[in-house]
Amino acid sequence: MPHRFPLAIRLLHWTMALLIIAMLFIGAAMVSTASPAYASLIALHRPLGIAILLLAALRLVLRFATGAPPLPADLPRVQQRAARGAHILLYLAMIGLPLIGWAMLSAGGYPVRLTAGFVLPPIVPRDALAYGLLRQTHGLIAFAFFALILGHLTVALIHRFVRRDGVLETMGFARAAALDPELAEPEEADEPEVEPAETPGP
Amino acid sequence: MITARPPLTTIAAIAAAPILLLSGFAWAGGWIGPPRIGGGTIADALESNAGKHEGYRRAHAKGVCFTGYFDASGGADALSRTPLLRSGRHAVIGRFSTGGGKPFATDGRNVFRAMALQLTGPDGEIWRLAMDHTPIFPVATPEAFVALQRAARPDPSTGKPDPAAMKAYLARHPETRAYQDHIAAAPLPDSFANSTYYSINAFRFIDGAGSAHAVRWAFEPEAAFGALDKAALASLPTDHLFTDLGARLARGPLRWRMIVTVAAPGDRTDDATVPWPAGRRRIDAGTLTIARAEPEESGACRDITFDPTILPDGIALSDDPLLAARSAAYASSFGRRAVEAPGPSAVGKTLSQKGR
Ligand code: HEM
Ligand code: HEM
Ligand code: HEM
Repeated sequence: MPHRFPLAIRLLHWTMALLIIAMLFIGAAMVSTASPAYASLIALHRPLGIAILLLAALRLVLRFATGAPPLPADLPRVQQRAARGAHILLYLAMIGLPLIGWAMLSAGGYPVRLTAGFVLPPIVPRDALAYGLLRQTHGLIAFAFFALILGHLTVALIHRFVRRDGVLETMGFARAAALDPELAEPEEADEPEVEPAETPGP
Repeated sequence: MITARPPLTTIAAIAAAPILLLSGFAWAGGWIGPPRIGGGTIADALESNAGKHEGYRRAHAKGVCFTGYFDASGGADALSRTPLLRSGRHAVIGRFSTGGGKPFATDGRNVFRAMALQLTGPDGEIWRLAMDHTPIFPVATPEAFVALQRAARPDPSTGKPDPAAMKAYLARHPETRAYQDHIAAAPLPDSFANSTYYSINAFRFIDGAGSAHAVRWAFEPEAAFGALDKAALASLPTDHLFTDLGARLARGPLRWRMIVTVAAPGDRTDDATVPWPAGRRRIDAGTLTIARAEPEESGACRDITFDPTILPDGIALSDDPLLAARSAAYASSFGRRAVEAPGPSAVGKTLSQKGR
């Protein structure tokens, strides 16, 4: 039984965690200002957001292909369910939020410019009301996403420092020998020795 | 695996992580720290001045849509690599408007006459331009814009701005006084058709080799100039400018030359209150033809925002701080009006009354 996520997923998890937190900060900062930073931040916000969408799609494919290590057996059922639900919501947000960003600009008639010469096509028809509603939804979901991430982070730290049950380590890069002796396994056992039947889907 | 109650230090250390992140977020969003001016602050200031007119633009609320085309002459081809300035014809949709946030205001006011354009290039790339009939703007920064809106806010009891507030504002902003002197002295065009429309803000044209050229531009009318009698503005029919436009277009299309002015070294590109000295190089970049006007109800212009930072590759922002401020403010105004039910336009209302 693999005791941690495949390397590719771990790398993606931490790269994306940094990107997503950066994006939340960029988003909040840009709408707070009408200084020249607004223009530069929004020019950064679009391509970074689309990059997150692509990485999330890749991650989801990998996740379906490889599965996940089981949660500790002594974790109460409700908590297992809550973890699963929270993870599904995290996946939904990291795919849904950039899609909403792209759709809202499409509906508002804004070109979705990623770099000087590269503009994405619109994904929904022009409609002012849709723009307005999607714009509000983008903000609301972004804030809910941030709240969820704070909860996720707190629970991860509780696993690590209170329960000490090796859950944080399933996303970690520590060498097996450095882990708690009872968790230690030979390095080779790390990589996808998959049991998708155990945890289907995220 | 839970052993014992975790020590308080552990709990505190764990709680510190989300609290730190949350504080950082609150700082990034400007909820803590000194107050910031965002697009929303600007939209609020405009609303508190003109009143909140749901469904309408928070500025330039009174307007009419039009369609036409731009024949680029290729004259500016050497300065910018955009296909929109290469010789050829490009579709145009646009909007004429008057300044202010009241959708049914009278045209008998000494305010901006404005023209907004969207040019669509051969590859679908778009360029939005929003221009006023004065070569300079009353303020140079978003801070001054908001301060001016607040100083000009009508007192609810008198319906007039507080003269003391305006005096205090003007004492700190000589650039606004210079603008007021200009607009008081300059003749006020008697038609949308014979006004010159200025970019006011500077932009940068990027040529094929990647070099940048600071420019401003203006659309100069073919129609002969005529001025309104400023002393008789009060007796002007409410929709005079819009009726006049309809009558002129019924006689035939209207034309403007696009004149690009290239900055000389040392010309300021970051201050929209300062005109460039005369004698700068002028390039005729093409001819705009407006064929047909349509009320906002049925036209294509109402549901887009003429954000002047929407530029094709080959045209870029300058260091003028008003550009980003406009982008933020237009987004906020657009976001607000988009979720409100759009109301009738002044022109549409007149048409439907005539129809009955
Ligand atoms: C994971 C990805 C993303 C995150 C975390 C994110 C986050 C945010 C946040 C926090 C805001 C401020 C919301 C508010 O205060 O109401 C925002 C606004 C915005 N986002 Fe995103 N966003 C993402 C993806 C995108 C994408 C892909 C696009 C477009 C292609 C986009 C376009 C925008 C725009 C246009 C605004 C509003 C700007 C304005 O109205 O002034 N976002 N985003
Ligand atoms: C933007 C921030 C983050 C996002 C979007 C995110 C998303 C996710 C998702 C979707 C999973 C589920 C993986 C799966 O089953 O496929 C996950 C797992 C995990 N994350 Fe995060 N995460 C973020 C930040 C963090 C942070 C800051 C930490 C820790 C301090 C963390 C620790 C973990 C751990 C330990 C797991 C494994 C949980 C398990 O095996 O059930 N994450 N994360
Ligand atoms: C900081 C300075 C400025 C602010 C805050 C500002 C604000 C606004 C706002 C909120 C709108 C309504 C946008 C919408 O709902 O779609 C608007 C429209 C417009 N503005 Fe500005 N503006 C500024 C400077 C300028 C300048 C310098 C010009 C001219 C060169 C200009 C020309 C226009 C025009 C033509 C429109 C009407 C566009 C249309 O017909 O849709 N503005 N402005």
